[in-house]
Amino acid sequence: APVHPSMAAASSSSCGGAGCGTHCSSSTSSSVEDAPEGILGRLSISGAAASCGKCGGGAVVVVAGGVGLCGECLRAQLFGKFKLAVTSNAMVRPTDSVLVAFSGGPASRVALQFIHEMRSKAIESWDASNSQALPVFNVGAAFVDESVLLSKPECEVEQATEDIKSLVSSLLPGDKAMHIASLDYVFSSESKDGKGRLRELVGMITDDTGREDLLQCLRMLSLQKIALENGYTKIMLGSCASTIACHVLSATVKGQGYSLPADIQYVDTRWEVPVVLPLRDCLAQELSLLCEFDSLKTQELLDRPCSGINGLVASFVARLREENPSREHTIVRTAQKLKPFPFNKFSANGYHDFLPSRLRPKFQDVDSDESASSEVLCLICRSPFSESELQNFESTRRKSQKKIDLYTAYCCQSCHFQILPGGRDLYDHFFSLIPRFWTERADTASASHSSLRDQIEDYLLEDDDDGN
Amino acid sequence: THPGAHAVRRRSDEGREPPLHALRRAEGRAQAAQNPRTGEPRGLRSVGLGVSDICFQICRECFYIVFEDEIHQTIVDNNLFKAGERVAIGASGGKDSTVLAYVLSELNKRHKYGLDLFLLSIDEGITGYRDDSLETVKRNELQYGLPLKIVSYKDLYDWTMDDIVKAIGLKNNCTFCGVFRRQALDRGAALLKVDKIVTGHNADDIAETVLLNILRGDIARLSRCTFITTGEDGPIPRCKPFKYTYEKEILDYFSTECIYSPNAYRGFAREFIKDLERMRPRAILDIITSGENFRISTTTRMPEQGTCERCGYISSQKLCKACVLLDGLNRGLPKLGIGRTAKVGAGADGSGEQQGKRAERRNRSSLQGKHGNLDF
Repeated sequence: APVHPSMAAASSSSCGGAGCGTHCSSSTSSSVEDAPEGILGRLSISGAAASCGKCGGGAVVVVAGGVGLCGECLRAQLFGKFKLAVTSNAMVRPTDSVLVAFSGGPASRVALQFIHEMRSKAIESWDASNSQALPVFNVGAAFVDESVLLSKPECEVEQATEDIKSLVSSLLPGDKAMHIASLDYVFSSESKDGKGRLRELVGMITDDTGREDLLQCLRMLSLQKIALENGYTKIMLGSCASTIACHVLSATVKGQGYSLPADIQYVDTRWEVPVVLPLRDCLAQELSLLCEFDSLKTQELLDRPCSGINGLVASFVARLREENPSREHTIVRTAQKLKPFPFNKFSANGYHDFLPSRLRPKFQDVDSDESASSEVLCLICRSPFSESELQNFESTRRKSQKKIDLYTAYCCQSCHFQILPGGRDLYDHFFSLIPRFWTERADTASASHSSLRDQIEDYLLEDDDDGN
Repeated sequence: THPGAHAVRRRSDEGREPPLHALRRAEGRAQAAQNPRTGEPRGLRSVGLGVSDICFQICRECFYIVFEDEIHQTIVDNNLFKAGERVAIGASGGKDSTVLAYVLSELNKRHKYGLDLFLLSIDEGITGYRDDSLETVKRNELQYGLPLKIVSYKDLYDWTMDDIVKAIGLKNNCTFCGVFRRQALDRGAALLKVDKIVTGHNADDIAETVLLNILRGDIARLSRCTFITTGEDGPIPRCKPFKYTYEKEILDYFSTECIYSPNAYRGFAREFIKDLERMRPRAILDIITSGENFRISTTTRMPEQGTCERCGYISSQKLCKACVLLDGLNRGLPKLGIGRTAKVGAGADGSGEQQGKRAERRNRSSLQGKHGNLDF
C-alpha cells in the first residue's frame, strides 16, 4: 500500500501555516458526511477514498475542494492557479526580468519552482518557434538576510545562507541569478555602520508589532534596492492565501480597514519595481505538502516567529484552520470584495501591448477618473491615507513648515501609533535613522504639493486657527 | 476636589471631544476597575492623553460622570433620538441592557431628551436562566419607573427554547434563538407602537461582529454592522448608544452565560478579542474604525430587501428566516434552513422539496456563510 509522506518533516512558515498535523482523523467521519467544500487534511487510513479523486491513480495526499488529490494532481492544481494568476493579470512580459523574493520557506520555494518551469517551457517554445521575435523573460532570486537582528550563532547563519545558495543554483545556475543581501543593505549608501544604524533604529521602537511591521517595510525596501541595482523589472512574492488571510485580520485589528485592499491584490504598483503575487490563491498547507511530495528543499533556520498582534492573529487563524481548512479562502474572498486601488493594476501606457490582441480588451477598462487621482501614501508602510488621515495631514502641513512635523504627518495612524517612538522629542532622532529614501520621498511629494499651493495661493481663503 | 476632577469637567464643559473618547484613543488604558456592585472601590484609573501627554488618574465619581457624558455625546453627535419619540430598550436583564436602561433614563431626565422610554424583554422560555434575568428586568421596571413589556417565544411561535432544544439538541440551537429573538424584538416593539429600539451592544460586540463577518464572508452584513443606527429603511430602526463603550466599562451587574451556549463560535472570536485587548487595548476601537472604513466594491451583489410571503416580516428571500426555521421545527426537519447542507428527513418527498431547497441554497449564497457553523 502507498505510504503517506511523513508529517514530521513538514516545515512551517512563519505565518503559522503548519502542516495538517494530528487533528484530521477525528473530523473524518462527520466531514465525509457533511463534506463542506474544501476539507483539507489527511484522510484516515481506514477512511473513504484512498486513491486520487481526479485521476484515479496515486495515493491521496490532500483533500482540496472536496476531492482527494494525489501529489501529481496537487502539483497540477497549484501550478494551474499560479499560471492563471500570472497570465490573466499580465504579470510577466517577455521583456521582464523577474526577481523572486525567496525567504527559504515553502511558499516562495514553490514560486521559484513554478516560475522556473514557466520559463523553461517558454524557452522550449522559443526554440521551436520560427520567428523568435519575442525574447523570454529572465528570472533571478533574492534572499534578505536578517541575521544581524537574530541571536543565531555565526556558523548556523553561514550554513543557512550556503543552503539557500545551493538550492537556488540548482534551478538558476550561475552566480548572477542569486542575490543575497543583509537587511542593513538599505543603509549602504548612507552610513558606514549600516548594522549599527539598523539596530539603533529598531531599538527605538517599543511596540513589538510595530517593530515587526517596520522590518517588513525594510525588507521590501531591500528587495526594491536589489531589483533596481540589478536591472529587474518585477518582484515576485510568494505570499499565499494563508499569509493574506492573516494580513486581512491584522490590518483590520490595527485600524487599517481603508488601506487593507492595497496589500492583498495580485498586482501592486506603488513601488519603483512593481510587485506581483501569483500564489495568492494557494493555501500554505497545500504548498508545504507539495514541497514534501516533490522533495523541494526549504531552509527555515533564519525564520523569526511572529510576536505581538501578528503572532496572535497567526495563532487565531491556525485555530480557525483546524476547525475549517477553507476558512482562509473565505477570509480572502471577503477582502476581495473591498475596492482595490488604482495602483493595483498595470496602467502604464502600452503596458499590455505584449499580449495577443484578443486578450487586450480585457485590460482596457481603466476608469479615467480613478487613475487620475493620486493617493497620499504613508512614508513608512505606503498605506493610502483614509479620509481622517488626509484631513490631519492637510491641517498639519498648513500649520507647520518644520520638516519633522511634515514627516510625522506623512505617517499613517497605525505607523504613528506603533512605530514612531513614545516622546515627540525623539522624533528628530528617529527620522534621522530611517532610510533617507523614505524621507526624501516625503520631501519631493511635499515640494510638488507646495508649488501647487503657491500657484493657487491668491485664491485661497485666509485660514486663521485663532477663530478670527 | 482634586486636579483630576477639574481636568475632566473642564474638557466636557468646553464641548470638546468627550473625555472618555480622547482618553481611550491615547496609549496605556486603564487598570481594570473593580466591581462597584461588590462594594470594592473602583480604584484609580491611569489614563494617558496622547495629544497633550498629560497623564492623570480619575476616581470612581469622575468615572461615572465621564461615562455618562460620553454616552450623551454619542447620542447627540449621531442624532440618535428626536424629542417625543417612543423608544423601547431591549432589556435582557444582562449587564449591558441594565446599564443602558439606567443611563438612558438618567440622561433623558438630565438633558431633557423628551423620550417616552419602555423596557422590552424577550422570554425565550429557557427554564432556570431566563426566569432569573426576567426578575432583574421586572426590578428595573420598578427601580427606574419604565413600563415593561414581555414578549415570549411561546406566544409568538408556539415553541420555547426548551422545546426547541429538546427537538434538535444543542447544535444550531443558537441559530434559532438568534433569528427568533430579532423578530420578537421587532414584533414586541410594534405592539408597543414604538418609533425606535435601543440595544446594549458595546464596542467589544461590534468588533467581534466585524471579525465574524470577515470570517464568514458576509460582505452584506460587514458593510452594515458598524452603523450606529440600522434598519432605518425598515419598520423600526435600532440604535446602539454603547457602540464606542468598552465592555469593561459597562458596570458588571450580571455576567451569566446562557446555559445552552456552546462557547464555540461567538466565544471563539471573543477570546481572540480579549487577548487582543490585553495586548493593545485600543485595538477594539481600531477594529470598529476599520469596519467603518471598508470600501465595498460597487460591483458586489447585495441582497434585495423584500417581505416574507407568510408573515410580512422584512426578508431578502421569499420566506423570512424565522418562518423557514419554524417550518423545519413543525415538520420534524430541524436542519431546514441551517447552513448549506440541509438534510432531508427520512420521508423525503419528491422534486418539489428538492427544488425548493436548491433554490434556497442558490439564493442564500450572498448571506449565508458557506463554511462551518458560524451562524449566529
